[in-house]
Amino acid sequence: MMMGRLLSRGMLAGVFAALLAFVFARVFAEPQVNLAIAYEAAQAALANEPPEPELVSRGVQAGWGLLTATVLYGAAYGGVFAIVFSCVYGRFSRLGARSLALWLAAVCCVVAVIVPGLKYPPNPPAVGNTETIGVRTAAYFIMLGLSFCSAMIGLVIARHYAPRLGNWNANVLGVLLYGALVAGLSALLPDVSEVPADFPAQVLWRFRESALGMQLVLWAALGLGYGVLAERVLEPARA
Amino acid sequence: MATATLKPAVAVAPVPVPLKAVVPWAVFGVLLFIVVLYFVGAEQGATALVSGHAVHEFVHDGRHLLGFPCH
Repeated sequence: MMMGRLLSRGMLAGVFAALLAFVFARVFAEPQVNLAIAYEAAQAALANEPPEPELVSRGVQAGWGLLTATVLYGAAYGGVFAIVFSCVYGRFSRLGARSLALWLAAVCCVVAVIVPGLKYPPNPPAVGNTETIGVRTAAYFIMLGLSFCSAMIGLVIARHYAPRLGNWNANVLGVLLYGALVAGLSALLPDVSEVPADFPAQVLWRFRESALGMQLVLWAALGLGYGVLAERVLEPARA
Repeated sequence: MATATLKPAVAVAPVPVPLKAVVPWAVFGVLLFIVVLYFVGAEQGATALVSGHAVHEFVHDGRHLLGFPCH
C-alpha cells in the first residue's frame, strides 16, 4: 500500500500547488487576459462583427473555471510526478525524499513546460486562428510527447554509461542528448506565427511572463510540498 | 532507574519502492492523467466528445494560461 500512499500524496501536493498557482494567476495573469480580450472586442467592433454570446461569464471563467482547470492540472501532474518519483527514489538517485522531490520537480518543469513552451509558447486570447486549431493542438501534444520521450532516452543512456563514465559525466551526457534530441526533432514540427500585426507586444510579453510564473509557482510548491509528504511515508525516522 | 532510549541515527541509503508495486498504479495514473489533460487542454477545441462550447468556455482562462492551444 506504500505506493498508494505515495500517489495520493502526490495528488494532494498537486492540488495544494495549484491553489497557490491560482492565486498567482488571479493577481498577475488575469489583468493581461482581460487586456487581450479587450483588444479582441475592439477588433470585432472595427470589423462590424456582432459580439459573440457569452456562454460562460468572464467572472466565472476567471474564477471557478480557472480554479477548476488549474486544480485538475495540478492533481494530474501531481499524480504522475509521484509515480516518477517512486521509480527514481533509491533506484536512480541516492538523495533523500525532500531533496529528490525538489530536484525532480525542477526537471519535470523543464521537460513538461519550459522546453515545449520554447517551441509553442502560451498565447493570450485573440492570438491564434480558429482554422488552425487542429494543427496547433496536434503539434503541441506531439511536442510534449517528444520532450517526455527524449528525457526518457537521456535518462536510459545516462544510466547505461554511468558505470563506465562515472555519474557526473554520464548525467552531463544524458542532458546533452536530451537537448540535442529535442532541438533536432522539434525542428521537424511546424512553426506557428499567428500574432496579429497590431497586437500589443507589452500584453503578449506580460501574459507569457505570468503564464511562466504560474508554472514556476506550481512546480516549486509541488516539489517542496511533496518532499515533506513523501518523507513521512519513506523516511518516518527522519520526519 | 530511568532509562533513556536514544533514537538511532538515520544514515541508511534510501530504499527503492519495488517496481512491481509501482506498475499497476502507474498504468492507472497515466490513463487518468491523459483523460484529465485532454479535458482541461483540448476538449471542444480541435476535437469534441461533448457537443457545444461549455467545457471549452469554462476552462478557457486556464487553457490559455497553462499553455494549451486555444481558439
